Amino acid sequence: MTTVSFSLNGKQVSADVPDNTLLVNFIRETMSMTGTHVGCDTSQCGACVVHVECESVKSCTMLAAAAEGTSVTTIEGIAHDDGLHPMQQAFHENHGLQCGFCTPGMVMAAIELVKENPDPSETEIREGLEGNICRCTGYHNIVKSVQAGARMMGE
Amino acid sequence: MPEGSTKDGIGASLRRKEDKRFLTGSGRYTDDITRPGQLHVHFVRSVHAHANIKAIRTDAAEAAEGVVAIYTGEHVAADGIGGPICGWVVTNRDGSPTNEPPHPILANGTVRYVGDHVVAVIAETLEQAMNAAELVEIDYEVLAPVVDLANAASGAQLHENVPNNMYFDFELGDEAAATAALDSAATVVELEVRNNRLIPNAMEPRAALAEYDHIDDAYTLFTTSQNPHLTRLVIGAFMLNIPESKLRVVAPDVGGGFGSKIYVYPEEAVCTWASKKLRRPIRWTADRSESFLADAHGRDHINKIRMGLDKDNRITGLRVDTLANLGAYLGAFSVVTPTILHAPLLSGCYKIPAIYTNVKGMATTTARVDAYRGAGRPEATYLLERVMDTAARQVGMDPAEFRRMNFIPKDAFPYQTPVALQYDIGDYEPPLDKAMEMIDYKGFEARRAEAAGRGKYRGIGLSSYIEACGIAPSAVAGALGARVGLYESATVRVDPTGTVNVFTGAHSHGQGHDTTFAQIVADKLGIGVGSVEIIHGDSDRIPFGMGTYGSRSLAVGGAAIVKAVDKIVDKAKIIAAHLMEAADADVVFADGKFTVAGTDNEKGFGEIALAAYVPHNYPHDRLEPGLEETAFYDPLNFTYPSGTHIAEVEIDPSTGVVDLVDWACCDDFGNLINPMIVEGQVHGGIAQGVGQALLENAHYDETGQLITASYMDYCMPRADDLPNFKVDYTVTACTHNDLGVKGCGEAGAIASPPALINAVIDALAPLGVTDMSMPASPEKVWRAIQSAQAEAAE
Repeated sequence: MTTVSFSLNGKQVSADVPDNTLLVNFIRETMSMTGTHVGCDTSQCGACVVHVECESVKSCTMLAAAAEGTSVTTIEGIAHDDGLHPMQQAFHENHGLQCGFCTPGMVMAAIELVKENPDPSETEIREGLEGNICRCTGYHNIVKSVQAGARMMGE
Repeated sequence: MPEGSTKDGIGASLRRKEDKRFLTGSGRYTDDITRPGQLHVHFVRSVHAHANIKAIRTDAAEAAEGVVAIYTGEHVAADGIGGPICGWVVTNRDGSPTNEPPHPILANGTVRYVGDHVVAVIAETLEQAMNAAELVEIDYEVLAPVVDLANAASGAQLHENVPNNMYFDFELGDEAAATAALDSAATVVELEVRNNRLIPNAMEPRAALAEYDHIDDAYTLFTTSQNPHLTRLVIGAFMLNIPESKLRVVAPDVGGGFGSKIYVYPEEAVCTWASKKLRRPIRWTADRSESFLADAHGRDHINKIRMGLDKDNRITGLRVDTLANLGAYLGAFSVVTPTILHAPLLSGCYKIPAIYTNVKGMATTTARVDAYRGAGRPEATYLLERVMDTAARQVGMDPAEFRRMNFIPKDAFPYQTPVALQYDIGDYEPPLDKAMEMIDYKGFEARRAEAAGRGKYRGIGLSSYIEACGIAPSAVAGALGARVGLYESATVRVDPTGTVNVFTGAHSHGQGHDTTFAQIVADKLGIGVGSVEIIHGDSDRIPFGMGTYGSRSLAVGGAAIVKAVDKIVDKAKIIAAHLMEAADADVVFADGKFTVAGTDNEKGFGEIALAAYVPHNYPHDRLEPGLEETAFYDPLNFTYPSGTHIAEVEIDPSTGVVDLVDWACCDDFGNLINPMIVEGQVHGGIAQGVGQALLENAHYDETGQLITASYMDYCMPRADDLPNFKVDYTVTACTHNDLGVKGCGEAGAIASPPALINAVIDALAPLGVTDMSMPASPEKVWRAIQSAQAEAAE
């Protein structure tokens, strides 16, 4: 067992977990925060993307212990008191989601993409989201959402 | 009181009500639910495609830390637990019934595909269950696998009651007429196509959590289902033999289905069964590898096609012989998909006087194959639209003009095809014209020449499709072998304050019912969308339901909601007439107000709702208090969406990579309730079709191992594989439902594969390439180019 402590969505959390506990399981099971999803077992689908120290991480590929002392943000932690994060709002306005399962990872990946590249082209968005699979939307409206989210984040 | 605005009603691209919970991580999927004291089950699955089980040794596993129980097929048999059933069967050509083999929820003596469920290991934690599973020893006597569909009939027999590995031998149409038409045709076009096997891959893996309450002797099953009531019926009546009233099935938020979550699977039945045996909640969530191995797969046909044309290039006859790979067992819609949902679609949007088809459903040692987005209709459309292009090329006609001259003319509706269906309405030229304009079909040759200047091969391909959806009239379905009705139910409950709850038997797993259905009700009642709640997915709350598949939610479920709302309005009118001391017939309902015609005497909808629940001044002699109505709607016919999709591709001859550069489509879905949601459905359908045509392929090797069992090996469409899509519509309103809607969920997946393959062949046609199989992978395309160039050089 290992004691793991870090900041989760701005709150300090700590728990004793088996050494091999993945970050995603720590978040979903130990912390009962189920917005982050698991869609595969090969780090391919991106449903589990969270931010560790403001960088996108597939949380199924990182041990919880490796997050010790860091700041972790999940989909539950990005909305502001006065409403949705601009990227969440952009997905809503542009119908960038259907079943919603890939959405948390997609939004988290999109936010980091825009932080790295505030004015991404369509091609840059498509290449930037290559690590996140969506089976519902055909990506057309996700690309539109990220373009709109980038504009809103820049305002 | 409800809001008075109706601007968000029918026809508005209202942003979705359900978005907020998904966008903030508040969705509630099955795997998000936990129960105190829950146990975890892990399944030991067959590693062989075909084998007899000689012995199972579980002693070491039973002794492992945390293990609570281990079950095998013997326990299942001892408790008399049944297996999943086939929901629709057909009659063979010789009049005999479909051969239905048993499907035990844990293998009993024989395993028939890699991934078949053999042992259930239940432990305190998932890790303990998985570790203990490693200690289970199974002695197998390996039998010959049956992998090659073309030779399945001569392979080792899988089931005692399925001779020649043939589940059924189905026919439709007039064989003599089709033969005569082909014998006398001026041109006969021949083609053989393979519809590649796909794995649905909803992003949420299947999951189940079952709980038993010993005080009520009742079960609750949370599961990833597209139709919770059917799950209750099958598990209750056919598997566990318990009263349906003792089983509550809840399908909460479900992360995509595409057909794969229609069916009852062994895992959820094991969880339910074991929850009583152990008096503890039992949970299971598939990992992605299990999803690849044991979810129902899709497609997998070999179609041999002969089409006859007269001297004017009009189609005179069509014969299609199909082998359908159904895998190791039959599922709910395994049989209907390649037969009733396939054979009647072979007329497409064309006037074809004589059609005959034979479909043989074959057993192989692979995962079972069942309905996947489009279910039978993509297979029919693919072969038909491929042979249409082949024919056009053979007679030297432009493929668009060849289609146009063979379209069923718009004045021919209702149109009776020679393969059972009667199309109520359609007009196929306007969507063809519009799609051609959207993609600038006329300017294509200039673009081809420009691409050639850059060393690229550019091609354009069409697909004009029809589908039959909104399944189905129950009586027709029953006559064709369905074992269930295919109506839908709705209860509309108006609260005393005028807000409205709609309980629908349709299930939303991405389709946006919370929004679309609310728009319909808001529009009909003249209240705001915010005053309407849609409730679905819980067998204890919904009267009954047939679920969501076959693009039926709106055309059948939406129509049921309209019927229930109509009953509400009828009752409310009587209350209003009483309150305003007018005759019933003089009361008019519009914009949320009941008015006595010709006066300014009016009552709001909310006032009537209140009167119904506080009936102090009320027509008690005529009505019961309350304002709640239920309707079941059984459609009169299928609905027939249609349209044309056009793909444009550019191929790099040095790599064989097909770049999909443009897509235009024009669909006729009848009336649209929420165009934004419809367009999203079209995008997603096209993406799955592009996946089939360019990327996806489920491949078993000769020993029956699934080679493509992860996202490393099964190529899913990703954002950088696809272009933006140009989408537009024409409208011919469905003639037999109150909304005039046809359904839109499957169209993209049905129309798109042939458009794309036709475009690839068009690009390579100047080299002499005439065929390309799906998926058109870089390797296949590169080899086709190499071999065409080598032939040209000879």
